[in-house]
Amino acid sequence: MALLSFERKYRVRGGTLIGGDLFDFWVGPFYVGFFGVLTLFFASLGTALIFYGAAIGPTWNPWLISIAPPDLSYGLGLAPLKEGGLWQIITICAIGAFVSWALREVEICRKLGMGYHVPFAFGVAIFAYVTLVVFRPLLMGAWGHGFPYGIFSHLDWVSNVGYQYLHFHYNPAHMIAVSFFFTTTLALSLHGSLILSAANPAKGETVKSSEHEDMFFQDIIGYSVGTLGIHRLGLILALNAGFWSAVCIIISGPFWTRGWPEWWSWWLNLPIWN
Amino acid sequence: MTPTTFVKASLLAGLPLLLAACEVGPKEIAQSGYRGTGMVQVAQKANLPGPYTIPDEDYRDWEPDRSADAEKAGAFYENVQVLGDLTTDEFNRLMVAITAWVSPEGSVENGGCNYCHNPENMASDEVYTKVVARKMLQMTRAINVNWTGHVKQTGVTCYTCHRGQPVPANYWTVDPSSMARMGITGNRFGQNNPDKMAVVYASLPYDPFTTYLKAADPSERAIRVAGVSAYPVAGAQGATLANTEQTYGLMMHMSDSLGVNCTFCHNTHSFSDWSGSSAQRAVSWYGIRMVRDVNEGYITPLTSVFPANRLGPQGDPFKVNCTTCHAGQNKPLGGIQMIDSFPELARIPAPVIAAAGSSPAG
Repeated sequence: MALLSFERKYRVRGGTLIGGDLFDFWVGPFYVGFFGVLTLFFASLGTALIFYGAAIGPTWNPWLISIAPPDLSYGLGLAPLKEGGLWQIITICAIGAFVSWALREVEICRKLGMGYHVPFAFGVAIFAYVTLVVFRPLLMGAWGHGFPYGIFSHLDWVSNVGYQYLHFHYNPAHMIAVSFFFTTTLALSLHGSLILSAANPAKGETVKSSEHEDMFFQDIIGYSVGTLGIHRLGLILALNAGFWSAVCIIISGPFWTRGWPEWWSWWLNLPIWN
Repeated sequence: MTPTTFVKASLLAGLPLLLAACEVGPKEIAQSGYRGTGMVQVAQKANLPGPYTIPDEDYRDWEPDRSADAEKAGAFYENVQVLGDLTTDEFNRLMVAITAWVSPEGSVENGGCNYCHNPENMASDEVYTKVVARKMLQMTRAINVNWTGHVKQTGVTCYTCHRGQPVPANYWTVDPSSMARMGITGNRFGQNNPDKMAVVYASLPYDPFTTYLKAADPSERAIRVAGVSAYPVAGAQGATLANTEQTYGLMMHMSDSLGVNCTFCHNTHSFSDWSGSSAQRAVSWYGIRMVRDVNEGYITPLTSVFPANRLGPQGDPFKVNCTTCHAGQNKPLGGIQMIDSFPELARIPAPVIAAAGSSPAG
């Protein structure tokens, strides 16, 4: 289905959350809206500041450019621009851009008269990001606990923060999050292969219907979640992956300081076997 | 109450249980790497050990006569084999201090001087603990002189490990259950036993001590398992998965015994890269070798001296690991200066050459 076939419904006035008719227009195929303007502002400023940070930094190697948060000694205060202040402003820009984009999605949902599933799902991703750079630093008492903005440097941060708790695979919420991530990919691969095989039949055969798709999984595993159900399932799996990721990092530090294997001593000490 | 409300109510009532295993309350947080690297030490303030004070009321105000012409203990007392270079005053003060450090009166049956000495004849070696103490004094001096790469100028005394107990609280012996058994059932291959404290409740191999700390290791790369290149090196056998897990087990022990996490020494970007590591990694490199020297050179040779109740199930004596001294702190006892008031424990006098026939004629 081409975008233009429902453009008639999409391009209706109203449904804005703020700004009334002021930004209620389209540029080519793109809806603008108040939050579109806000997104553009925050995204441009943030990106420009990242380039500024790269310019005053030691390298232009895109893998190594890094905008690091302040030292822990600055606590929850503002840091000088070149000592983490840049990271603080870029974080504000990032959150501003992400949240504006989600609200622009809400406005589009309202124009289309549909549910808020898409902005809600994006909201969970924003929640995970804000957990990393705002909630956890707040609980730990310093902005320096946020992760640096760089391709390699943020991976190093992930690794080091994991090793702060000796063996992160023992983090119970990490276990749940990883399971959801893997299950998401499993569900997506099952679903994708089914759709591809139904939509690309052998030469001389017709495109298969949803009854055929249902029958495929009924034959294999005795059950088909259905054409609508698979998308609900995918949504709940993916959102849980993001949500439990946020949980697994917010409990590391604010609510647990030792190695994660040690956390399981409550299990070892259950009066059943101990 | 319908089943649904019952389920809801019990879930709600169980909610606080989720927090039961948590540590709430203030934290002690220290940054140990460049900002944003994630090299940070996090600890629960309420769980921090210390502060410690050393029981020194018996000798605090005793300023010993250290003058060069003062009488030496080796000449004045009988059978002084190790501390003969001390003045008698230094010697007596050290004996009083050792008693306070290791076997204070009342701490143990037969505490006080008699824990090591026969009161009828102080020079006698008939009490086995005296033979042990002599070796331990040699060890203490060797640590303070040969292992400054680890103990720096802080140094160690008996109290660093003993802390008022004849047997230090933290030691290890060879764990018979960690040895691989024949057969396919019941063989844990030395791992998957989280009750064992050595690897801090992980399923990792739980006797890293026998592997890494019992004796000097001829292979320097035995602990450093990271590859040196992205591809296998021709002709070289890379570390096995089992090797890497044993290393991980040892590192778990080191982290826990120092009350720190992996990022205290390593930037986990590359564990093996010295340039990314903190200065403490070099200190612990010496520490590992020091522990091996202590176990191989000073404790294992005493095996035949110890009575059965001072030996492990495999008949080996109680050996040291990082916890023996550190006990949960990256600086033992919080970094209290140990040898500044006992400089005699930080020197190794030249061996006294037997008088007859050993010096060249002329």
